[in-house]
Amino acid sequence: MLRRRVIPCLDVADGRVVKGTRFVDLVDEGDPPELAERYAREGADELVFLDITAAPERRGTLLDIVERTARRAFIPLTVGGGVRSVSEMRDVLRAGADKVSLNTAAVADPNLISRCASRFGRQAVVVAIDSRRNVGPDGSPPTWDVVVKGGRESTDLDAVAWAERAVDLGAGELLVTSIDRDGTGTGFDTDLLRAITERVGVPVIASGGAAGPADFIAAVRDGGADAVLAASIFHRRIHSITEIKAAMAEAGIPVRLTPEVAA
Amino acid sequence: MIEAAERPTRIAVVDYGAGNLVSIEQALTRVGGQVTIARDGEALRDVDALVVPGVGAAGPAMARLERHDLVQPIRAWIAAERPFLGICLGLQLLFEGSDEDGATTLGVLPGRTVELVDAPTLPHIGWNQVGLERAHPLFDGIADQSDFYFVHSFAGQPEPSAAATVLATTEHGRRFVSAVARGPLLGVQFHPERSGDDGLKLLANFLAFVRASPRSGALA
Repeated sequence: MLRRRVIPCLDVADGRVVKGTRFVDLVDEGDPPELAERYAREGADELVFLDITAAPERRGTLLDIVERTARRAFIPLTVGGGVRSVSEMRDVLRAGADKVSLNTAAVADPNLISRCASRFGRQAVVVAIDSRRNVGPDGSPPTWDVVVKGGRESTDLDAVAWAERAVDLGAGELLVTSIDRDGTGTGFDTDLLRAITERVGVPVIASGGAAGPADFIAAVRDGGADAVLAASIFHRRIHSITEIKAAMAEAGIPVRLTPEVAA
Repeated sequence: MIEAAERPTRIAVVDYGAGNLVSIEQALTRVGGQVTIARDGEALRDVDALVVPGVGAAGPAMARLERHDLVQPIRAWIAAERPFLGICLGLQLLFEGSDEDGATTLGVLPGRTVELVDAPTLPHIGWNQVGLERAHPLFDGIADQSDFYFVHSFAGQPEPSAAATVLATTEHGRRFVSAVARGPLLGVQFHPERSGDDGLKLLANFLAFVRASPRSGALA
């Protein structure tokens, strides 16, 4: 049976792992390949690097990190942040990434998704959707808007409609982040996840708000997520991947139990 | 042979522009292989085994293999019964054709590449259990139903006449063939280079299989 994945996310700025709250107040949390190897050893099912500086002159730094990571961690790696073209995607894949996540550039030019999918296959194209919940009248069903540029800029795109369109265009996976919850430790927005997983057939990765094992279980059970992503709680060793997966297994969710987890 | 035991096992990984080669190169190197990247048939002359990786659709992959003049050398390699490992698309290409885009593929295994039907999600992305249909040196020391990493929407389906080639199956909606073996011709639908310790173990087993193969030395 297909396992639900636990994915540590490494936000990378200028070659270092950082984490802030709601994309600001960044704190240095280590060397990316070193952390990647540690997570692989602890049972991470996959890794995500998000290059949050993404200044064009710094791209070389990212490619170097990807390559050094591929030499040390033999689990899948997704890289996102600032990829704007098929040729930039090719560079990241050739450096050793398995998938690339598109965000702002895909909103600006949705056909970028199709071009990347037809060149590299849809399994290599993740579309990242940063979503902000709208405050509607009491009792009205919630809606979410897509935000871009690391949450700094709003769009008039509805997150669920954009998710469906991205899949039609060739996205093989969606990385759905609640900007309201990101870095707050208040749990995943399971309404958002459910709204999207009910409408698309591709795997959905939940992101934004993880505090503890119960949140991972809720993202899968209530949100229908195929994979759950978190950053701070792993970097700061608040919870280990081992501990999270053990709790998920206990709750009856199929996870990959590595020897360390089983012990 | 003493000479064979002393020199490293030389593996050619075929590069035809189908994505990430770094991880397979690194993983084979980690387990003791001497890896060369093959971009044409000439690069296959002095190696012990051939690995064809790749993800994506069959049609563009076959077109790129043609452009690099690799189709005939790969066919000749397999016909000479020399050690071969196809990974993901590299396994699918062994069959006669693909339903994904109607492409005609290498046709060295009877059967076709078909879409995973009844799958709850597609692509099938993530770790899933590999159930062994029989014992094989490729899985030495790897428990039945161990987890390996998959990324695909299609899978090769051998003809009933080729049922004996099936080495392992995996379930996603329905059961599909996740590994095949026919003599020195091996293929896996999952990515051992992305499957942690068990993946590295499988690649180490492949190198041992190559060393034990009667046709592993370079052709005279």
